[in-house]
Amino acid sequence: MDLILEGIKKAFLLLITLDPEVMGITLLSLQISGTATLMSLFIGISAGTLVALSQFPGRRVVVSLINTGMGLPPVVVGLFVTIFLWRNGPLGFLEILYTPTAMIVAQAIIASPIVMGISLAAIQALPKNLRLQILALGATRLQMVWILIKEAKLPLLAGVMAGFGGVISEVGASIMVGGNIKGYSRVLTTATVMETSRGNFDIAIALGIILLLLAYFINLVLTHIQQRERPR
Amino acid sequence: MKKSKTIHAILAVLAVILALTAWSPVQAQQKNIILSTTTSTQDSGLLDVLIPIFEKKTGYFVKTIAVGSGQAMAMGQKGEADVLLVHSPAAEKKFVAEGYGVNRRIIMHNDFIVVGPGEDPAKIKGIKGTTNVFKKIASAGTLFLSRSDKSGTHSKELAIWKAAGINPEGQKWYQQTGLGMGQTLNVASEKKGYTLADRGTYLALKKNLSLDILAEGDAILLNVYHVIEVNPAKWPKVNAAGGKAFADFMVSQEVQDIVKTFGVEKFGSPLFFPDAGKKEEDLGK
Amino acid sequence: MNGSPSILEVKDLQVTKAGTLVLDIPALMIEEGEILSLIGPNGAGKTTLLQTLARLIKPSAGEIFFKGKQASPNNSDLEYRRRVAMVFQEPLLFDTTVFENVASGLKIRGMQRPEIRKIVAENLEQFGISHLLHRSARKISGGEAQRVALARAFATHPEILLLDEPFSSLDPPTRESLLADLESILRQTKTTTLMATHDRMEALRLSDRVAVMNQGRILQVGPPAEVMNQPLDEFVASFVGVETILPGRVIRKNGGSFVASIMGHEVEAVGEVELGESVVFCIRPENVTLAVHPSKESSSARNVFPGKIVKIIPLGLYHKVQLHCGFPLVAYVTGHSLENLALAEGKEVVAYFKATSIHVVKKKGGRV
Repeated sequence: MDLILEGIKKAFLLLITLDPEVMGITLLSLQISGTATLMSLFIGISAGTLVALSQFPGRRVVVSLINTGMGLPPVVVGLFVTIFLWRNGPLGFLEILYTPTAMIVAQAIIASPIVMGISLAAIQALPKNLRLQILALGATRLQMVWILIKEAKLPLLAGVMAGFGGVISEVGASIMVGGNIKGYSRVLTTATVMETSRGNFDIAIALGIILLLLAYFINLVLTHIQQRERPR
Repeated sequence: MKKSKTIHAILAVLAVILALTAWSPVQAQQKNIILSTTTSTQDSGLLDVLIPIFEKKTGYFVKTIAVGSGQAMAMGQKGEADVLLVHSPAAEKKFVAEGYGVNRRIIMHNDFIVVGPGEDPAKIKGIKGTTNVFKKIASAGTLFLSRSDKSGTHSKELAIWKAAGINPEGQKWYQQTGLGMGQTLNVASEKKGYTLADRGTYLALKKNLSLDILAEGDAILLNVYHVIEVNPAKWPKVNAAGGKAFADFMVSQEVQDIVKTFGVEKFGSPLFFPDAGKKEEDLGK
Repeated sequence: MNGSPSILEVKDLQVTKAGTLVLDIPALMIEEGEILSLIGPNGAGKTTLLQTLARLIKPSAGEIFFKGKQASPNNSDLEYRRRVAMVFQEPLLFDTTVFENVASGLKIRGMQRPEIRKIVAENLEQFGISHLLHRSARKISGGEAQRVALARAFATHPEILLLDEPFSSLDPPTRESLLADLESILRQTKTTTLMATHDRMEALRLSDRVAVMNQGRILQVGPPAEVMNQPLDEFVASFVGVETILPGRVIRKNGGSFVASIMGHEVEAVGEVELGESVVFCIRPENVTLAVHPSKESSSARNVFPGKIVKIIPLGLYHKVQLHCGFPLVAYVTGHSLENLALAEGKEVVAYFKATSIHVVKKKGGRV
């Protein structure tokens, strides 16, 4: 118990004094996971909506793949991304291993199936004739997709929050592709693991608390947007 | 309706700003050095002092990848690192013999110690010779924690068991954590067991542990650090110039002086002992 | 038929779903300004026909001609879809305000905000829901929601309006109120309308023509009285119901009851009407009694008409007697009475029915 209290005190201290290293780590966590979530938002919602509205042979297989992808182990993603980005690997020429860019890529790969799967379900849950009604109002296919997305905004935003939650808390892939380099690719999760393995439990707990606060604050904003016109 | 549009616009702009600032400029590959080292080396904090000096001096950007010794050398074998800073002499020699590394040079050493609960149930305190200490622990059947992670510490521990003629594998009192040094020390402290640790990590965590130093000073407990440049002949993509620059830096007088006094302020005694230029066989107490 | 050109024409239209032919219409012509009802059982193809005419479903064969121009799959159907509006059985409103819902069709067409506001206000007024302007679409009743859906469709000023059973999810009083309002709006705007419905009385009241569908085909199409009085086959007969349909005009009022002129004859009924109003009388055959001579009983009925039996059809428990007494009429007679009165085709009889047994349908305009 004392350890947790120590951790809380430490967290408080680090935040109040705006400890530069911790602030840097926190900002980087936000940038990397934020960018990855944004990318997964575009990829996930468009792909999920596309599959939801299309009929094609093998559709069921594709949907199963997406649903499986939602539970993709992040560390496995990290391993494969690392192998691809190695100097001598197929994408080595990009020279992005051990950079925040690689972390964004890995996190986007982790988050996209989550957003995709939830978008797919959200669009499919809309009334069957809604799509036809929108077309009957004279909408182009593009306008129709946009209106459907707006109609499903509640579950879609939940999907985005799920995607964000998945990557802000992710550590396996981040360590592997980022290298946990001080001041460069070190984020809250990787720093927590490092401090724990060093035995600095108070710092580890403090970082953990800061991570929780960060995640909570972001989700507070997203929830506010989602619930603004909540049915009563 | 207008209000929601504004909020959406603001959030979109914020997102874009965030994305842009996260896009770090891709440095030219020549300026990047990938240094593969061990977690215990990084945890000692020595590199946090040395790397900034090197970077400022040479303009290189050093990516310190801290993993287990095994992985560090595997990275060198695959040409995914430019220079190694490790402390597993047997494996290192093999690495160089097989042509993966060149210019293996000694940098410094620290030592390992055997720690355990103050009560010392196996009564190892005072026994001369670490192999005898291990024999005593085995015959007493007291709890011993092993890192079991192919780290330098783990290799040293296995070497001692071998020298003592004991195979601890599978024995009830021999527990394998698979964890880093700091965590393994914590487990030993919690469970009142013995373990082999490097002095630096022990000193750093001493205040949170209920473990005492029960054996030290034996030559076999020396932990020697070498710097090895990855052989560019085997892997052309290796930053040979950068690797060499870093290796040269590590053996330089400037660094050796820093090593000599590192840790004194915090722990009362230095964590490492500079050895550049010496021969490994000459080391000892 | 020669006067106004057909606004929509269908030729050899076929729609296949999962290998089965679900719609097969060799020919159908819809005139500008007319209201055509589609009636038929579930699965008859009413929805498929409407959605195909809305170009939401691609036909597997055949052509649709809009004002003479062929709407082929090669042309962009966007232009077509913007001239045609469809309302479904469920309101399918968007999760926003009533204003935004009604404006949605206009926003899709890129109209500017000030003009949108004007048109939305007009249409809300027309459907009597101006007070709901800023209400959330989730917080209105079923009837109000359907009005919003209709206003949304009307706002786009469609040349053809397609309604798929728009009243069936409403309770009777709401349905009645909406029906009345829609009727006057349709007559006023002279909007060509195709409406699918289960309710024969709705079809009778609203439409100029009725088409009876089954298994993807149109069995009979024509003015309501014609289809309902003279069904071409058993199925149509069973579907359109048994009443005799008689269109007329109110010529006299006596307090609660009134007299209408039906094909030159005066028939008395009960109801709230205006002088000169068009009405349709629906008389159930079991309410028509036949006698060979006028008797004491018959004198209490206000409607007594001598006529001649045209046809007798045995229907098991009773007989269906078709007669003509200045207007066509159908009566049910038991086998017992048939014998007693010695009824036979060609025989002269007197038909009488009570004024109170007539179901009166008021029709604002159009043909019957």
